[in-house]
Amino acid sequence: MIRAAALLIFLGSWAVVAHGNRALEAVPASLLPTPGEVATVFAALAGDGSLARDLLVSSRRIAEGFVLAALAAGALGVVVALSAPVRLMLQPVIEFVRPIPPLAFLPMFLVWFGLGETSKVAFIAYTTFFPMFVGMAASLMRVDVALLRAAASLGATRRDLLWRVVLPSAIPGIVTALRLGFGLAIFVIVGAEFMGADAGMGNLIMEGRTFFNPAQIVMGALLLGVLGSLVHALLVAIERRALRWRGAA
Amino acid sequence: MIAPGGRIQIENVEKSFGANGHAMPALMDATLEIQGGEFICLLGPSGCGKSTLLNIVAGFIPPTRGRVLVDGRPVTGPGRERGVVFQEYALFPWLTVAENVEFGPRLAGRPPAERRELVARYVGMVGLSEHRGKFPNQLSGGMRQRVAIARALANTPSIVLMDEPFGALDAQTREVMQDELARIQRLELKTIIFVTHSIREAVYLGDRVVVMTRSPGRFKEVFSIKLPQARDRFAPEFTHYESEITRVLKDEVGAAHA
Repeated sequence: MIRAAALLIFLGSWAVVAHGNRALEAVPASLLPTPGEVATVFAALAGDGSLARDLLVSSRRIAEGFVLAALAAGALGVVVALSAPVRLMLQPVIEFVRPIPPLAFLPMFLVWFGLGETSKVAFIAYTTFFPMFVGMAASLMRVDVALLRAAASLGATRRDLLWRVVLPSAIPGIVTALRLGFGLAIFVIVGAEFMGADAGMGNLIMEGRTFFNPAQIVMGALLLGVLGSLVHALLVAIERRALRWRGAA
Repeated sequence: MIAPGGRIQIENVEKSFGANGHAMPALMDATLEIQGGEFICLLGPSGCGKSTLLNIVAGFIPPTRGRVLVDGRPVTGPGRERGVVFQEYALFPWLTVAENVEFGPRLAGRPPAERRELVARYVGMVGLSEHRGKFPNQLSGGMRQRVAIARALANTPSIVLMDEPFGALDAQTREVMQDELARIQRLELKTIIFVTHSIREAVYLGDRVVVMTRSPGRFKEVFSIKLPQARDRFAPEFTHYESEITRVLKDEVGAAHA
């Protein structure tokens, strides 16, 4: 209830500011679209099916890049957690590459993979890989030694230890890493689509700039926000279900 | 009753920790022969190496010198014939009570019907049948340790190694758990090595009580507790053992602070 009220207050203030601006002519009217104008753009683009297409294109890129990165991060995370030599070799490289803002490499991806789908998917995979890998590897290595000892004295082989102790105990950390990675994917898709894309939410927003249609920019941004929080809520729900033993007290 | 196995020979076991040049000895020249079905309590001041010895017998850490034989075979790592109960329970938090108890039999590939039977038997033995579907963090400390004991026993080991299993429990729960363990031992007749720093607990549970010196730990004296199986904590004989062991142990604790 409070959340709904807060949202209404936010929309109301926006309307007041935008319409007030119209009355006072503080800045040119077109620079500050009203909620009504944004809704009109939404209705128009939703009506002709182009909005659905943009959403679908972006979602597909996010999904492909994210799944690719999650699989790679999980596999490499297990290897790193199990092998100290690999860990020692990889650590400096990762520490070196990780702080580079991913967007700095975006042009490189366009050079490598061209303007098509591959460059976007690869870029999302690249961006989301590092935080997911670091989070997963850390949670895989944080296993309680007593649990490993308990399992070993119950007859667990090395393989059993991985599947029945290390992985289950790392699941909370893994799920958190996935959630983080997904959030990041939604974050960077826009940037990737700003540069040389012919469809997608980023392209839709960029079009709003090119054709001077601020309402379209705002609509695109708001829609991404809604999409992000929906996916977030879904992931949290899945997390709760999968981890009911943690909150069971 | 004669236990089918579980004979332990501890032969000149020594353990040092740290780098080669600065090795700190933790355990010196431990030698003891334990018969199948015997209940041994290891008693000593903290840091005397009693947990170290238990970890060596469990196969978690190798000795620096000497060796441990179980039924004539040298210990090289953890094994299912040696169940372990930890002070901090070490239950798998993502598994229910029943699933925790089933862990060992499942690894051993026992058929489902047999597993169900084992779970029912041991969860029942520790009085947790009503809680079999709960997760560990829904249970009290005493209940968690009961699950840990059931989990170790359901794997049908010949030996159970217990590292201060009741150390984290309040005094009342502790005595209840001691009673239960004594009762279970009469049913199951395992070889048990039980690490504790409570003299009362050692005299109440042990067939023999091994008193260790302060660090680096050695065996100082071994007491055979010749009391009936169901013990009375207030009997004069009980108190007699208690005061005798207290005297021996006091020298060690006193010397540690000298």
